[in-house]
Amino acid sequence: MADISRNKRQLRSNLSRVRGLGSTREGVHHWWAQRMSAVALIPLSMWFVYSLITLTGADYQSFHAWVSEFGNSVFLVLLIITLFHHAQLGVTVVIEDYVHSEAIKMAMVLVVKYGTMLFAASSVFAVLKISLVG
Amino acid sequence: MVEFMLPKNSRPKKGKTWPAPTGAANTRTFRIYRYDPDLSDNPRIDTFHVDMDTCGPMVLDALVKIKNEIDSTLTFRRSCREGVCGSCAFNIDGTNTIACTKPIADIRGDIKIYPLPHMPVIKDLVPDLSVPYAQYASIEPWLKSDTPAPTSERLQSPDERAELDGMWECILCFSCQTSCPSYWWNGDRYLGPAILLQAYRWIADSRDEAAGERLDNVDDPFRLYRCHTIMNCTNTCPKGLNPGQAIGEIKSLLINRR
Repeated sequence: MADISRNKRQLRSNLSRVRGLGSTREGVHHWWAQRMSAVALIPLSMWFVYSLITLTGADYQSFHAWVSEFGNSVFLVLLIITLFHHAQLGVTVVIEDYVHSEAIKMAMVLVVKYGTMLFAASSVFAVLKISLVG
Repeated sequence: MVEFMLPKNSRPKKGKTWPAPTGAANTRTFRIYRYDPDLSDNPRIDTFHVDMDTCGPMVLDALVKIKNEIDSTLTFRRSCREGVCGSCAFNIDGTNTIACTKPIADIRGDIKIYPLPHMPVIKDLVPDLSVPYAQYASIEPWLKSDTPAPTSERLQSPDERAELDGMWECILCFSCQTSCPSYWWNGDRYLGPAILLQAYRWIADSRDEAAGERLDNVDDPFRLYRCHTIMNCTNTCPKGLNPGQAIGEIKSLLINRR
């Protein structure tokens, strides 16, 4: 099938190639989600780093107790979801920038999206397990 | 497309060194990219020595002098020689700018002149700009209005007119366009800084009635959002304009209308 979005030597006019299949009209969502998750990550990561510093030298028991505390569990879950969502948005843009084979690009984006979902789900599950089951 | 190395047949070779003019006390060395499509040869870098005592102050003056007095086959675009036509944009001393307003005295050492980066070269310093021109046409750079045309001028307040400052001055030399890494890698789909500045010029025009339609047309992960605020565009603009800011304005308008 003809791929009109790519810069091949064709008799198709430049204007036709530039217009391509038209605007997706949904670029702003991805960009805005990236900014909003970045803003949310500022206080969340400051809280996380501060907490890690105060936990320096703590044993397993006290770390376990820290995670299972209600507020800490909530913020950990928020941090995990925001962090992996933000990472996935950013890495997708990098792949779109540099990978131009549609097949490889789609495969890489899927790996990144499914991979971050897997990491996020396991991390959230771990926090919930410590917090709820103990 | 990301290319860290030029294709084999595009890598410049050492070219001809033209003899220095006899009896000249004050010469400067120019290293200029040459490519002849009629030869199946790689591009080459030719070396010219120009007598500065009989040469004008700008890089364009030296190019014209070389063409007149040393090698008449040297090919480049130029027209107004005063920074309003945008024809003589080259990569000079490592930066895209227009040769007619670039003083030779500002450059230390040899003066290196290459065509605008990452564009197909037609000959010597002449790049093929037909894709950016088509991209310019694609944003429909003309006033769109459904209100019946008035019998006199379409009025605009001084404040509304001031909104266009920093954009009407653009001469479409494409220095910014071809300085942008995002445009190098995705120039077939990303509109690039010059075209997005022009798109914003029409969005910001109080007489235009198609801002929403214009925003629709750039709201695309590639057309607009390949801009990662690298800001090469603003750094290189020979007219001192700020395409990076214009792109930022488009992005905020797209947020504002949500």
